[in-house]
Amino acid sequence: MKYITEFRDGKLARKLARAIEREADPGRRYHLMEFCGGHTHAIFRYGVQDLVPENVQFVHGPGCPVCVLPVRRLDDAVELALGHDVILTTYGDMMRVPGTKQKSLIRAKAEGADIRMVYSTQDALKIARDNPDRQVVFFAIGFETTTPPTAVAILQARHEGLTNFSVFCNHVLTPPAIAHIVNAPAEPGETPVRIDGFLGPSHVSSVIGWAPYEPAARDFQKPVVIAGFEPLDVMQSALMLIRQINEGRHEVENQYTRVVTRDGNRKAQTLVAEVMEVRDAFEWRGLGTVPESALKIRAAYETFDAESRFALTPKQSREVKSCECPAILRGVKKPTECRLFGTVCTPENPMGACMVSSEGACAAYWTYGRKRGEAVRETAA
Amino acid sequence: MCLAIPARVISLESGDMAIVALEGIKKPVSTALLEEVTVGDYVLVHVGYALHKLSEEEAERTLQLMAEAGVLAEELEEMAGTSLEGAER
Ligand code: SF4
Repeated sequence: MKYITEFRDGKLARKLARAIEREADPGRRYHLMEFCGGHTHAIFRYGVQDLVPENVQFVHGPGCPVCVLPVRRLDDAVELALGHDVILTTYGDMMRVPGTKQKSLIRAKAEGADIRMVYSTQDALKIARDNPDRQVVFFAIGFETTTPPTAVAILQARHEGLTNFSVFCNHVLTPPAIAHIVNAPAEPGETPVRIDGFLGPSHVSSVIGWAPYEPAARDFQKPVVIAGFEPLDVMQSALMLIRQINEGRHEVENQYTRVVTRDGNRKAQTLVAEVMEVRDAFEWRGLGTVPESALKIRAAYETFDAESRFALTPKQSREVKSCECPAILRGVKKPTECRLFGTVCTPENPMGACMVSSEGACAAYWTYGRKRGEAVRETAA
Repeated sequence: MCLAIPARVISLESGDMAIVALEGIKKPVSTALLEEVTVGDYVLVHVGYALHKLSEEEAERTLQLMAEAGVLAEELEEMAGTSLEGAER
């Protein structure tokens, strides 16, 4: 099995690689942050980093929904499942993330909690309909792509008069996180991460459009290029960023014109705005507290808000000691700088969220990173 | 989990639902996020919801690239494994 898939259109990839080499000024460094875990995955799978000159570096961003959810919110979900006798429903990605004392939803399930993996919020609604005498909570995580399905489920529950369905809402917003990354002061003892431009997320932008990145691009003078998920998209977007940097521009450009428009999916935005509003602040793993970076359920839909329906106890939540996930999500450390990487922590036995999700940087390093040298020679041949 | 997979709409159902087909898998998805949808449309499906409409060429190109990248199998499994009927497991 090959660890890095070859480009289908090897010719086009080489052409793009040559253009990047030609246009990247050797006297300059280009640190391009791919915000989205899907891009991180593509960059590793196709060995994109090794196809570009050394002074063009991809910096892995925090766009992995499972990774950025702070451990306290996961502990809250565990409490809901174990302490409030609900049926907790959630996406599969969430199941194996270790919470405080390494307690994951899978472990809570083994202890008797009724936790069910769902593919869609529609499945969660069905479980609620089929179990009228039980409270069913949907543990909602994700960026703007995944938010509209949660909003639709709440509207549907209200329409159907479902009284035993609620949502534990943890939806987060991309543009404030991007602004925070460039704007936040470095942690004590850390050199701030250098970022010269951003590869913007594709499916998130298909919902919100590309206009919401304009303030960050303008205020912090960092170019943003919305990039498709395919490796050729990533390379073309990197080239577009390099051109902007060379010309001193900092605009939002859209490489993924096939799906993304300036305004996005208006219907989805309207449904989300009906049900949810921006929180004053929300905690992210790695980034800390980020103002106006997440959504909560509006008071008018309070009965569908698990946070107001169930009294959650305050807790002392703690990450697994030595897990460097927070620093990795800030872009200041690489997975290989974590002591646990590949020894104690593997995808089979993850110690941190970044190893659980395939969009996490540690999982990408583990799956593709180790064999990178060999595979790239193969690809380049 | 931010991936979305293209599929073809084969029938429209009540309550903003549609059946989509892909590689022999048939699956109910919600069309609540689309302005309008007709049988034969290609849509991008994310966590059981049609997010966008795509052209046929674009849908095929995306599927081919996903297959080559090895992510198609995973996505299909996720889609097939937890169909609405399977939600009780
Ligand atoms: S390798 Fe594991 S323990 Fe180390 S940072 Fe990554 S997820 Fe955390």
